[in-house]
Amino acid sequence: MDIFGIPIQALLGQLMLGIVNGSFYAVLSLGLAIIFGVLKIVNFAHGAFFMLGAFAAFLLAQYMGASYWLTLFIAPLAVAVFGMLFEFLFLRRLYGLDPIYGLLLTFSLVLVLEGGFRVAFGSSGQPFATPEQLRGTINLGFMILPIYRGFVIVSALTLCLATWFIIERTSLGASLRAATERSELTQAFGINVPRLITLTYGVGVGLAAFAGVLAAPIFHVNPSMGSSLVIIIFAVVVIGGLGSIMGAIVTGLGLGVVEGFTRVFYSEFSSTIVFLVMVLVLLLRPAGLFGREEG
Amino acid sequence: MRTLSFAAIAVVLLALLAVPFVPQLIYSVFVMKMLCFVLFACAFNLLLGHTGILSFGHAAFFGTGAYVTGILVKEYGVPTDLGILAGGLVAAALGTIIGALAIHRSGIYLAMITLALSQLVFFFFLQAPFTGAEDGLQRIPRGTFLGVIDLRNDTALYYVVLGIVGAGLWLVWRTVNSPFGNVLRAIREHEPRAISLGYPVARYKVLVFTISAGLAGIAGSLKAIVFQLAALYDVHWHTSGDVILMTLLGGMNTVFGPAVGAALVSALNHYLDPFGAWVTVIIGLVFMTCVLTFRQGVVGQLNQWFSSRRAPIPSAKGQPRSHAHQQ
Repeated sequence: MDIFGIPIQALLGQLMLGIVNGSFYAVLSLGLAIIFGVLKIVNFAHGAFFMLGAFAAFLLAQYMGASYWLTLFIAPLAVAVFGMLFEFLFLRRLYGLDPIYGLLLTFSLVLVLEGGFRVAFGSSGQPFATPEQLRGTINLGFMILPIYRGFVIVSALTLCLATWFIIERTSLGASLRAATERSELTQAFGINVPRLITLTYGVGVGLAAFAGVLAAPIFHVNPSMGSSLVIIIFAVVVIGGLGSIMGAIVTGLGLGVVEGFTRVFYSEFSSTIVFLVMVLVLLLRPAGLFGREEG
Repeated sequence: MRTLSFAAIAVVLLALLAVPFVPQLIYSVFVMKMLCFVLFACAFNLLLGHTGILSFGHAAFFGTGAYVTGILVKEYGVPTDLGILAGGLVAAALGTIIGALAIHRSGIYLAMITLALSQLVFFFFLQAPFTGAEDGLQRIPRGTFLGVIDLRNDTALYYVVLGIVGAGLWLVWRTVNSPFGNVLRAIREHEPRAISLGYPVARYKVLVFTISAGLAGIAGSLKAIVFQLAALYDVHWHTSGDVILMTLLGGMNTVFGPAVGAALVSALNHYLDPFGAWVTVIIGLVFMTCVLTFRQGVVGQLNQWFSSRRAPIPSAKGQPRSHAHQQ
């Protein structure tokens, strides 16, 4: 069976690949959106934290013999602690200034982290084995799915929905949203807003690191694995609407699929389609697909 | 203050003129590269520092200049001088288009739109059949300038580059210290008020985008002639990031601060080269320190230091003067 002259297996294969990439985009842009919503800072270092997550997993497995399941918990936690430290020591000083400075500080953090890992590990990739339990494939009838890819999709989406649930449906999330809207008033109600902000940065960064651990067996673990990704993630968040949680998740997944389909029809353009979509969206719906127009 | 800056500019100019005579001290090709980035950063700062617009896609203009000049000179045998001019003009035209699209939004959104559009430009130069894809355009002939000066000679090329960059910087200075520049600052400080005063703000923004892009394009063209190379890195977003950092390091609220920043970053890159990957780490740390502790940049900080040593005159007359003359 063919659609537009392309065999349906190829189409479904690319669709699956698109959903896998989309899951990464969803987790990453979710973190970026949360950070932007609360800190009003464009976290350029998001890709670097993704890379840090992958490297943390690699190092834990290589030198401490940690199992994949253990690294999946410990690596994001370690990176989140590092992120919170960075927020507490440096980023905090820039609140209330032009958002450009936050962008530039996190951009220089990227230079330091990527440069540092390039010094330590070189530019080439480090292989990372797929955990034994997740090797092999399942035949879905219409296509063959590597189990690990399925695992990535399921765990990424579960995490996204859990984060969404915490922010939108729990009291912790309520104070978080309150701090986003009126931080001084929230503080007056006795909520420790600075601590909440640090925590938020930690969660956003932890999400990025989690995506990094998930990505480690699929991509090679290398210092620049996050640097091209972060630009795409920016585009995803802008398309979804800055500050919109669900928007970031849905757009991330959707753009992964769009990218997959583009690869079928015009493969060279697949890395650029996101930016074309972004330009179009911003011209037609300036606040993004799910965003509210602000003054 | 004013005499001091003129003295500083005179000293720098003399030093630059002397560079080809002391090859044992400094490598003139390195100074030419530095000059290209000096022009690039000052052109970029017309937007960031003087109009308050953060463009995150300026590499698109720099790279377009480099590629257009490279293609014209190498493939079509166009004289080098016309090639550079064409590079600037095409970049300026692209600046008009991107500017007109981007100014619908402001702040971070605008930065993201310029980034997205510059990625499309990057894609064009990656895929177009005449740009040599990953290899870029190599061995671009330097040719002659105005048909008389042989640019294969490094010294001759050096003075041509110095002259063009000097003219470009003069144009930046004229733009900033003109009625047009005053309106740009009004837009930066309070856009709604500028609109209510009847200034066609959108048209001003597109115009400053065009000037900035054109000069950035010329900087790229010069770079292509100096290194005889136009490569993908010139259009890569990393280059857009670099120029922002240079501008910030030098001081974005000054006219020639970005020049100092560009010179410092080029020098760091050049002299720290033996340290390999450490260069990135060091530059990153320098910028972190800069963002956290002296956000006015090197020149801004020096300005403040000098003016605080002299007792400031708090008269109504003195106020607009110090604003009008931004050094």
